Amino acid sequence: MGNMPFVVSMLLVAIGFLTLIARRNLIKLAIGISIIEMGVNLFLVSLGYVRGGIAPIYTYAPPEAKTMVFPTPQALTLTAIVIGLATTALMLAFAVVIYRHRGTLDAGKIRELRG
Amino acid sequence: MLVHAPILAIAVPLLGAFSLLGVSYISRTWRNVWACLIAAFTSAMAVAVAIRAYTEGVVVYALGAASPTQSVTAGGFPIRIVLVVDGLGAFMGLIAALTGVVALVYCFQYLREEEGKNLGLSLLLLLWAGILGMVYTGDLFNFFVFLEVTSIAACALIGYRVWESRPPEAAFKTMAMYTLGGLLVLIAVGILYGEYDALNIAYLGKLIAGSPLDRLALGLLLGGLLMKAGAVPAHMWAPDAYGEAPAMATVVLVANTQAAIYAILRVVFTLYGGALASPGIGWLIASLGIATVLVAVLMAVVQRHLGRLVAYGAVSQLGYMLLAVGVGAVARGGFGEVALTGGIFHMINDAAAVGLLFLVVGAVRRAVGSVDLLSLGGLGHALRWEAGFFLLGALALAGIPPLNGFASKFLIYESTFRASPILAALALLASILLLAVVVRAFQGTFLGPRVREASPAPRGMLVAMGILALVIVVFGLFPGFFIERIVAPAVQAVLTGREAYLAAVLGG
Repeated sequence: MGNMPFVVSMLLVAIGFLTLIARRNLIKLAIGISIIEMGVNLFLVSLGYVRGGIAPIYTYAPPEAKTMVFPTPQALTLTAIVIGLATTALMLAFAVVIYRHRGTLDAGKIRELRG
Repeated sequence: MLVHAPILAIAVPLLGAFSLLGVSYISRTWRNVWACLIAAFTSAMAVAVAIRAYTEGVVVYALGAASPTQSVTAGGFPIRIVLVVDGLGAFMGLIAALTGVVALVYCFQYLREEEGKNLGLSLLLLLWAGILGMVYTGDLFNFFVFLEVTSIAACALIGYRVWESRPPEAAFKTMAMYTLGGLLVLIAVGILYGEYDALNIAYLGKLIAGSPLDRLALGLLLGGLLMKAGAVPAHMWAPDAYGEAPAMATVVLVANTQAAIYAILRVVFTLYGGALASPGIGWLIASLGIATVLVAVLMAVVQRHLGRLVAYGAVSQLGYMLLAVGVGAVARGGFGEVALTGGIFHMINDAAAVGLLFLVVGAVRRAVGSVDLLSLGGLGHALRWEAGFFLLGALALAGIPPLNGFASKFLIYESTFRASPILAALALLASILLLAVVVRAFQGTFLGPRVREASPAPRGMLVAMGILALVIVVFGLFPGFFIERIVAPAVQAVLTGREAYLAAVLGG
């Protein structure tokens, strides 16, 4: 069971990649990338999981506590979530602008830049 | 204050990008003065760091420590984020400084106030801060953060002209590729962290032993960085982005792409230089490089959009750099050293030549309103300076002596020939084809009878183009001087500087 979070996170990454390959709608592409991001974030946060570990704050630690978790993976995940928010917001904003120009979100029909 | 130069070079443009928007409410003059101050200070810091790195060796700056030199704890374990600038990082910092200054000088008169010049200036500074961060950082996760800073700023700049239909499409495509590349890098960072409990590049470099997980992480890192660099088969975003972005942003985008090449060098030679120094990686990168050159040059032949034509030229130059990096990784030393000298020297030559071409394309677009080769022609009568600059940039791009592109490409051909004559022949052929393409573009745009009136570019834009033209000519006339002074230390940092890099960060 110990590897389950890693399996699930890589499954999420795979689902995201499948979305990118199978879908042509720009919003769905953004969703696919978002799913990959969530998979990676789950991967990062599960790296730092310690069974029975407590938050790494010395002054608040109960005396019987033995293990503390290392705070770095959580800090990494938080940063990655914020970056993911910015990229998703920017992609959706561009999708809206493209829709205003073309009246469609179908990537197959937006062919001006091919070749 | 010079002790703090590495962090100031990143923090000043980063804070400046946001404060610029506030200052722009006061008055436009103050905003311009503010932007100039930030640019002057940032480039001065980048030059100061470079001088220190070239004369005193690797510069280490620990963030959040009692003193900036305290990069490890008592047990010899690095817990802080460090900035590490060796010869290669210093060289990339100089390229970033050059392109950033040129882009700012150009954009004061290129962007129009009513189309959102405040945001354009601000994003430019943000992109600049991200590039400097990428090349100065010594921490893998920090590198990912700066990678994403450049991605977001770059894509916002590519989609700057939201009132046209093509730039948002280019920006969306680029954003998708950049984000995917960034996420691959992040997975690799996670794997390495999970394996070694560290994010410090030097510390990881010491520990990496070549386990299957290490190989997986190397594959993911290279994959993500090649996507960011725009190598075949992930090159589709690059011509769109270069072709549609405002001209001054493209110059910095080229530097951003080169920062990805820098990262490939750092990963292959510093991070994995101890355990996985097999020539297979080199051959892989070299073959991707030659594929990029060929595909980009062949695509350039059929373009009728001047911006996209130059953009494919830019992608092909990137292929030459990858080829050089690959050959350098095949033979670490000997002709590999020649290859790396050529590749690293080609970075600054390419930034100047391609940058100059993009600036001219921007000036043409501003003067005529179109960059369709079928409707252009005879612009040389009105745009004399631009025509001269375009010819200079085109010849430098194609590698005609005595311009700078020849000096670096010759080193790449020579060393590639020693590794594989077929690759060298293909690279040379592609270069000849590229010459034909850019000369045809020059002829179609500037020569012929005067078909329409065009107003020449304002002086600020000409000055920006002049700086790059000066770099092209001076680097072409005295390549030996510059290779010895600024390129050779970078090459030594790649090939033999690994021990010094690790020792500077970890002590001992």
